[in-house]
Amino acid sequence: MFGYYLELAIRSLKRSPGLTALMVLAVGFGVAASMTTWSVFRAVSGDPIPWKSAQLFVPQIDNWGPNGRSSDGEPPVAMDYTDAMALMRDHRARRQSAMYQISPSIVPADAGKHPLNVSGHAVYGEFFPMLDVPFKYGSGWSASDDTNRAQVVVISSKLNQKLFGGANSVGQSVNIERRDYRVVGVLDDWNPQPRFYDVVNSGGFSSGTDDVFLPFQTAIQASISNDGNTNCNAVPAESGFVGLQHSACVWIAYMAELDDAAAVTAYREYLDGYARNQQKAGRFGWAPNNRLRDLPAWLSSQRVVPSDTRVSLLVALGLLLVCLVNTVGLLLAKFLRRSGEIGVRRALGAPRSAIYAQFLTEAGIVGVAGGVLGLLLTVVGVASVGWVLPKDIADLARLDVSLLVLTLLVAVVATALAGLYPTWRASQVQPAWQLKSN
Amino acid sequence: MKLHPILAALRRHKAGVVLIALQIALTLAIVCNAVFIIGQRIERVNRPTGLDESNLFWISQQWVGAPSADTADGVEKLDAMLREDLVALRNLPGVASVMPINSLPLRQSSWIGSVSLKPRAESGGKGNVRTAYYFADEQVLPTLGVQLVAGRAFNAGDVQHQGFRDNPPRPVVIITQALADKLFPQGNAVGKVIYSDGSSAPSTIIGVVARLQIPDTGSWSRDFAWYSTLVPTRLNANFANYAVRTKPGQLETAMRAVTPLLYKVDPLRVLDDDSVKSFSDIRAKAYRADVGMAVLMGVICLILLAVTAAGIVGLTSFWVGQRHRQIGVRRALGARKVDILRYFQVENLLIAGAGVVIGVLLAVGLNLWLMSHYEMTRIPVLYVLTGVLAMLAIGQAAVFVPARRASNVPPVVATRAV
Repeated sequence: MFGYYLELAIRSLKRSPGLTALMVLAVGFGVAASMTTWSVFRAVSGDPIPWKSAQLFVPQIDNWGPNGRSSDGEPPVAMDYTDAMALMRDHRARRQSAMYQISPSIVPADAGKHPLNVSGHAVYGEFFPMLDVPFKYGSGWSASDDTNRAQVVVISSKLNQKLFGGANSVGQSVNIERRDYRVVGVLDDWNPQPRFYDVVNSGGFSSGTDDVFLPFQTAIQASISNDGNTNCNAVPAESGFVGLQHSACVWIAYMAELDDAAAVTAYREYLDGYARNQQKAGRFGWAPNNRLRDLPAWLSSQRVVPSDTRVSLLVALGLLLVCLVNTVGLLLAKFLRRSGEIGVRRALGAPRSAIYAQFLTEAGIVGVAGGVLGLLLTVVGVASVGWVLPKDIADLARLDVSLLVLTLLVAVVATALAGLYPTWRASQVQPAWQLKSN
Repeated sequence: MKLHPILAALRRHKAGVVLIALQIALTLAIVCNAVFIIGQRIERVNRPTGLDESNLFWISQQWVGAPSADTADGVEKLDAMLREDLVALRNLPGVASVMPINSLPLRQSSWIGSVSLKPRAESGGKGNVRTAYYFADEQVLPTLGVQLVAGRAFNAGDVQHQGFRDNPPRPVVIITQALADKLFPQGNAVGKVIYSDGSSAPSTIIGVVARLQIPDTGSWSRDFAWYSTLVPTRLNANFANYAVRTKPGQLETAMRAVTPLLYKVDPLRVLDDDSVKSFSDIRAKAYRADVGMAVLMGVICLILLAVTAAGIVGLTSFWVGQRHRQIGVRRALGARKVDILRYFQVENLLIAGAGVVIGVLLAVGLNLWLMSHYEMTRIPVLYVLTGVLAMLAIGQAAVFVPARRASNVPPVVATRAV
């Protein structure tokens, strides 16, 4: 029976090619616009570390007081050196790391090559296991390397390719800001977007990669200064990078791993206790106003997803809705034009369900054709987002099987839904009426 | 023409009428808001920075293993290196003027502080006005091409130098007209004294420039986008940035010559693909997202309007086909072609009219929703009115072809059995 309906549907669609083409185009464009914007939205709003984001927390300490808070009472989004070091010393979470963005220069061993500039982070050794950072060769450094300010470095696979031709470079040395550091680890491809461990400095998305990771205290000692944002509520009393470390300026990102609700509660109490102690000591003249957000909540509080991608997705979904309303109207016109034919079929004994099957098949064919066109247009759309969007975001939008399947599915389901009302109307056709009027 | 027969006929096509009206309403709501977004973005992209943007380019570079800027000795050495670069760049053929400067409008990287009429103003307190600092030397006005409207420009004697993270007093500054108006609503800012970043050291305003945008274009800096302060100071760090104005037509030649020239002065430095950039590139990068959003909204609007217009054509054609016989009867009873044409046009006007009424409500609702969730402002009435007229016009245009076909139905159809 299905084959027969298919034949009927194709014959009917062929009879009014203009109308059919119009429906297919509408579904195709509507679906493609939605799917293209969806691919961008999906890329920027995805969880960068889904298996662990619920255990990763970002603490904020109010070291500026009421005058330094944002209009909604939020404390600074980064930490000053004093608080970050105190939290590292107390070491109350399972794993934790203070970090700051660096942008040192590297002098290649080959004397003929010009120096190059890389970006990276100064972090603690626990950074790597905490974030499940994948290594190609070697590993991160130990806690004693942190305390001893060891001259070690972890480099990205990209930098390893550039400096060592991709070979296992563990044990080799790299010249950073004219000091030699021993490579202890080479990362596998790792460039999470958004750069969740330091959204304050990276702004969320970044087209570059982090190429070097140095031990925090090693970098401090080598005076490798911070390259990211520095926010001050007052001009530092002392000058230079050392003056920054003694000031209340905030420039350090912090992340802690807390395994369960009890650990989170305990850590929250610890933070409040710390702030109360600072209040007692006279450093803070206000009651504790700390925050401890898990990673998804932190990313959303920092508005990492650009609002443009949300608005575009919304507008594209609106377009899809209009296209579907349009399809409902056209299908209705098409089906009811064949009232006579329906009347004859019903009079010859076809039940309503047969009419349903016949016309839903026809709607389904429009959906499949629209979906195929939508697929092609989505491919074109995703390929051309680079023309429209900033590079760091456009690069994230990818075509994959799930997107293609979703495109087809949305097209067919949406068209079938659009076909429901016209089909119902068709099934309500009174056979006697139709036969009489002819 | 009486509306009664039209309304009576429409009542028999409730579903079709509702669908077209709904489609017009949704289209109007989306198109109004999308076009409003486009308008806002175009306005944003077209606002002038205050610079003479042609023949201007930017150099950012970093020395390797440079002396530390934390010591007085290191600062002196860094300043000597910087001045050496300046001399070399100023001698480059085709170059009109060169200066060291920490950033440029639209470059996003900025030094934000606050100025106040009172000394030792507390951060975040009242009377503090946020501003972005540009640290440059006496060449700043001709190099940027900004226009001095009062007072005088910097001279070589005003120029100091300091370590990047130091905060020495700033005896003289030039501010923008916008900042001057904010600080001194009565006018005459030149010669007045302000205090920067809670300092107790006074800064005398020696000049006012017409317009100079701050480096950031993000929404967080919207309130002080035109509040720039120029400080006659060379910043010394392990990096230095320069802005270069070339003679007309020499931009590309000069840009190509920079990298080899600076390597010749000192090979131990980092200069990469992003180091030398024309201002037009900086502008394009800064507004790429805005232009992209406008293009995307434009494409979606076009598709929407096309789909809606085609939908009206399709459904009206169907109705014409369905009423073939009735049209023939009307014609046989004496209706002229133009009466039939009018009939369908008025019918469309009624449906589209109902659609746009709902559409206006939806458009305002959508705008309010966007305002509460995203950075949107209230949609001006003009956008909605234009949208309404455009929708009605599109409806009339779309209905014309099928209506004309209807008017060509011969009266003899009435006498034939179908």
